[in-house]
Parts: sequence; structure tokens; C-alpha cells
Amino acid sequence: MKLNELTIKEAREGLKSKKFSSVELTTDCLEQIKKYNITLNVFITITEKEALEQAKKADKQLNNGTIEQLNNCSLLGIPIALKDLFTTKAVKTTAASHVLKDYIPSYDATVVRKLKNAGAVIIGKTNLDAWGHGGSGENSDFGPTKNPWNKKYVPGGSSSGSAAALAADMCIASTGTDTGGSVRLPASFCNAVGLKPTYGRVSRYGIIAMASSLDSIGHFTKTVEDSSLFFNITAGKDPMDGTTLPNPTEDFTTNLDKNIKGLKIGIPKEFVTSDLDRQVKTKFEQSIKVFESLRAEIVEVSLPYTEYGIAAYYIIQPSEVSSNLARYDGIRFGSARQNFGDEAKRRIMLGTYTLSAGYYDAYYKKAMQVRTLIKKDFEDAFRKVDVIITPVSPTPPWKLGEKINDPLKMYLSDIFTVTANLAGIPGLSVPAGFTNGHPVGIQILGPQFSEGLLFQIGHAFEQKTLFYRQKPLLR
Amino acid sequence: MKIDVGHVAKLANLPLKPEEKEKFGKQLSETLSYVDKLNSINTRNVESTSLSQEEALSNTKSQHNGLFKVKAILEE
Repeated sequence: MKLNELTIKEAREGLKSKKFSSVELTTDCLEQIKKYNITLNVFITITEKEALEQAKKADKQLNNGTIEQLNNCSLLGIPIALKDLFTTKAVKTTAASHVLKDYIPSYDATVVRKLKNAGAVIIGKTNLDAWGHGGSGENSDFGPTKNPWNKKYVPGGSSSGSAAALAADMCIASTGTDTGGSVRLPASFCNAVGLKPTYGRVSRYGIIAMASSLDSIGHFTKTVEDSSLFFNITAGKDPMDGTTLPNPTEDFTTNLDKNIKGLKIGIPKEFVTSDLDRQVKTKFEQSIKVFESLRAEIVEVSLPYTEYGIAAYYIIQPSEVSSNLARYDGIRFGSARQNFGDEAKRRIMLGTYTLSAGYYDAYYKKAMQVRTLIKKDFEDAFRKVDVIITPVSPTPPWKLGEKINDPLKMYLSDIFTVTANLAGIPGLSVPAGFTNGHPVGIQILGPQFSEGLLFQIGHAFEQKTLFYRQKPLLR
Repeated sequence: MKIDVGHVAKLANLPLKPEEKEKFGKQLSETLSYVDKLNSINTRNVESTSLSQEEALSNTKSQHNGLFKVKAILEE
């Protein structure tokens, strides 16, 4: 097995027991990037020199540090890729937009600082739908990322590069942002584990803002256990982000091995409709059987306002986008506004329209009332069940170019993911098998602050099914 | 067309080419027609997830027309 294929847990054990060094591990990741980045278009910036320096420093610490120091640095020497929305000091941060193509930040995002403090080696900045706008990766101003499982297909978006980097073993873990499904969707299309945390549980400071009441800062890992390890580092209060919540008191890895017997898992009937792709439906039904075999109790629940999720989301999100992107006025930083790509222009105009005089009540206010109803749907359901499971996407990955000229069709692929953002609840996407060689995922949704439970249930499912062990054949 | 793209682009300070106006006009009208489905929901007495303008202003000592009133930062 090559070192770049390891999980965080395996890499950490290998580094601690001196089976290999961080320089060796980082070099293997960089070699994989060099081999496949040209065809897959995963990275916008590769920080080879900085990464090798960080790896050397990590090796010194691994050799000389006390056990306590090593335990405090839970990612010491481990190569991580960052979505290029995460501000990095002295390293170009583009948001995959021509507007920011030369922007070199003077500070690190809080999450980046935390990862560095934990000893992580930052190997590069990954491609995305510009500003996080999209579900396929095709809205990048730097060209689309290809799905490592099949280069003719989209990897999902907007965190397209981070999901593909992980699936192609170019890194050990990667970061993403999820405003309407941008971690969960690409995770499901690339056979990765993707976490969208509770709103406010991870700091947004220094992450280029898309829609501030919906943005959640998540990550991609090869296993659920890795996801919980990573979340132990990123979660917590940040004085720089007033919406962050008090530090979690739990260690998110502790409940992983508890069995899930007797836990109540809700299946929302509104999700299993005629619009659901037949093969995705089959995979979902097989997943339910797995949970039954683990002796969880399956309960039908109802989320009646689900069908209004996309409509509410495509008012609230562009409204906030138009406000957040107003700061790129070509004066303070960023280039002139005509350099925005088509999708950013569409969202800016849509939001400007829905917030403009005379339309505010009919659009924004109405959507925020419907948001309350969607939130209440979940609150009612979580009185009856512990968690809810659904497919992540109503279809398997689609071909590059298939939806690019039909924005509304593209928006509708987020139908199962946006409601979690509107309600502010966490969701964990885990691999659920394959249809014609394309990965399919399910998401586990829980009440606010239930990440520990999501990891427990996700881990049980993963260890029973082991889909994560399957790797794409790269060429 | 549900939307005057030229006017909205001006409000948003987005310079558009004539062919862009036509393309975006069609695409944005389709999206706006889709979101109209919210009108079938009765939201009377449903609170908004965000603060109302009154609530947002409830702590200010000085307001004008529903906005925060602050001292001038530029003079003529």
C-alpha cells in the first residue's frame, strides 16, 4: 500500500511508530498530485515547497517531542488539502474566480490556524465552483474538476477538488464548505465521507463568505472515524465569528464503537418519490436493510415542506450572496465586477432583485417564513426518531456539460441537501455503494449538536459495508 | 420576462453585454417562476427565521425610517 492511500488514523500510527516519516508521506501525496492533476484538474495551487518544509518540521517534532506534545498535535505531519475558499496567509486564495485570481491573503482562516496548530501539512488549494456556487464543479473559472471514478462525469460540487483529491489519494483529508450540500454531494459522488456540521459549530472566520446564515465549514475524510478526529480539531468557539457556539465538551471519537441497536432511524416518505432515480432508490433501500441488520429501528417520518426547500433556498441564498459579493468592488481588493463568471452574475442579480424595494416581502420575507416551517418539520420528526437517513442526491453523478446551460435543473440536484442548511442541522454523507461504477451516498441527519451520534451511526454502517475500501482506477 | 435584467444589473453594479442580458433574462425568469411555488403556502402568523426590522432596531437610541441613524462621516 502506498502511503498516500492511508487514513488519518493509519498515517498517525505509522508516523508515531517511525514506520515512515512525514516527508515520505507528503512526497507520496505530491507525487500522486503530479501524476493525475493534469487530467483531473483538482488543485488550483500546489504548495510543494511549503509542504515539504512543514513535513521536515513535523519529523523533527515526531523525533524529539514529548508524548504529551504529540498527543496535542493530532494531525502532526499529515498532508491536508484546503478548498480554495479557505484564506491562507501568503498563499494565493482565489475562490476559483478570476476576480480573486491574484489575491494573496495576509492572514489564516481560524480553521487553517487550528489545523496548522495541530501539526497538519498543507499541500495545496483545491478547485471548486467559483465562490461555492454550484453542484458540479463546472462553474470554476479555472476549468472543471473531473470525477476520479470516471473522467467524463462531474465529481459534484461545490467542493469538487477537495472530494476528488481525497478520492484520488492526493491527500489524507481535505476541507470543504457546505451552504446547500457542497460537502455532502461531492462526497457521495466520489465515495468519500463528508461532514456538514451544525451551523455555528465551526468558525467561518477567514472563509470567503457565500451565504452567511447557511455557510457550514466541513471536511472530507476516507473514514467516519477520521471525520470525528478532524472535527475534534475544527469545532469550537471563535471570538472572530460571533455565530460560533461554546466549545464542545465531548470527544467525538468516544462513541464510535457503541452499537446502534434500538436507535430509531427515520425515513422521510417525501424523499422516496417517483423523481428518485431507480438505481439510487435501490441503493437506499439496501442501506435501510443494513441498518435493520444492525438492529436499529426503522420508522417512517414526514417532512412535508421538503418540496419547498429549493424554492426557499434559491431566494435566501442568492440574497445573501448578492450582499457578500458586493465587497468585490474592484477598489479594495479583487478585480473589476465584469470578471465575475456567469453563475456569480446570475446569483448577484437574483439576490439584488429579491431584496430590492417592493419585492422584499414577497420573496425574502416569505422564504424566511417557509424556512421556519422547514425547521419545524425537522423538530417534529426528531421528537419521534434519533436521526433521519436519505439519499444525498436524487441521481447518480451526471456527465460533464449535461446541466451547464440549464441553471434551474442544476439547482434541483440539491433538493435533498438544502433543507439541512435551512434548518441549521448537521449531516454526514457516507458511501452507500455503486451504480454502474459510480459512487452513491446516503446522508445521516440529526438534531443540532448531534454530530457524535451521526459518527456513531455512520461508523456502524461503514464497518458493516466497507464501501470506503474501494478505490477508483486512475489512468 | 419576469425581471428587468438591465435595471437589476445597474443596481448590482454589474456591467453586462447585450447578449448576456438576453441569456440571463431568460434563465432568471425561469428561476423566479419556479420559486413562485412558495405562494401556495399560507404563512400568515408564521414567524420569520430572522429578526424583524423592529427587533433588529430594538436597542438603538436613534433611528430614522427603519434604519440606524448615525453621525455623518463625510461633510459637504
